[in-house]
Amino acid sequence: MLFDNLDLEVREGDVVELTGPNGSGKTTLLRCLAGLTADFDGVVRHAGAFSYVGHRGGLNLQLTPLQNLRWSAAIEGTDASTSTLSAMLDAVGLAGYELTPCQQLSAGQQRRAALARLQFRDAQLWLLDEPLTALDEAGCALVRQLLERHCAAGGAAVCATHQPLRVAAARACVLGRAA
Amino acid sequence: MSAIAFARSPSSGRAFVAQLQRDLTITFRSRADFVNPLMFYVIGIALFPLGVGPGPDRLALIAPGVLWVLALLSTLLSLDALFRRDYDDGTLEQLVLNVDPLFVGVLAKVSAHWLVTGLPLALLSPIAALMLFLPGSAVGALVLSLLIGTPILSLLGAVGAALTVSLKRGGLLLTLIVLPLYVPVLILGAGAVTAAVDGLDPTPQLTWLAAIFALMLTLTPFAAALALRVGLE
Repeated sequence: MLFDNLDLEVREGDVVELTGPNGSGKTTLLRCLAGLTADFDGVVRHAGAFSYVGHRGGLNLQLTPLQNLRWSAAIEGTDASTSTLSAMLDAVGLAGYELTPCQQLSAGQQRRAALARLQFRDAQLWLLDEPLTALDEAGCALVRQLLERHCAAGGAAVCATHQPLRVAAARACVLGRAA
Repeated sequence: MSAIAFARSPSSGRAFVAQLQRDLTITFRSRADFVNPLMFYVIGIALFPLGVGPGPDRLALIAPGVLWVLALLSTLLSLDALFRRDYDDGTLEQLVLNVDPLFVGVLAKVSAHWLVTGLPLALLSPIAALMLFLPGSAVGALVLSLLIGTPILSLLGAVGAALTVSLKRGGLLLTLIVLPLYVPVLILGAGAVTAAVDGLDPTPQLTWLAAIFALMLTLTPFAAALALRVGLE
């Protein structure tokens, strides 16, 4: 069993930092919250829509960041013009790379491209699995900025992470093997 | 960065079109996926005159069966990639989380799969038929049977591919799951061509194929969607 008696309430403006050693169940908990796993006893209640960015980012590497983002927009049911989508890629520091196939981008740039889709979608809750992986200083700052904006606008986030997020509103939830 | 507000208005139609467009773009980016089944089909057919002997009579006798068996095998060859790549890069998770109902997304993927495997196979089959001395009078039945039959292969294959998506080496299991389901399609498809060769009307077999297609079109996207949800766990 990974966790027992887990009670986690996420309110508007909350950033929950899920930490714990490898194998402690951070990803599993996120997948439970996203509804990708039903292999647990208990209840998950959502007040609104959520966005999930897993450790596999959800990018097709043969497509360009723009094509990936356009696909995300379409399946998430948001209407966005090419110029809007380009602006979103600009915002995550991918200006000039919109039309480069993702496989030619670095790991950090791919992560940025994956995070770009957090900008659309009126999702109240973000479920992020290791959002800082492969990101440089500026990239980490960008994630922090995205999170702070999101929370200021009444959103909330649950992030599984090993690196500290350093978001002011963050509260920690430490998973681990109980003694 | 400016905060951009979006209204969320999910539309199955838009999701279908976007998914179809995306899958077709990916296939044309990686042409090997598109060309491999077709090459396999043509090369497989080309081996028969070498193995069986170039006698037109003997080849014409086995042509309907061979043409259909190879169409079936080349479809099978392409199935493993149907959901596997999306599973590996995490886009399948996004599809499952965002496209509601999920069978719309599955149907889009299956349509893309047919457009790049089944349809070219059917269009290529007259050339393959020429190599096996299939009588000209049966070529129409061959193309028609493949046009109706290959979508069934893609639809049934999607269920198998969805069931084995999380297995690292699901290829053999996929074959074991899917091949028995393909048997009626093979019998009817090859039967239609044989009937045309014998100067009979292939309509009964083609009608049966069309009926199976209609049934599978309504059932398999749901089954594959369910299997995907289970496979992701």
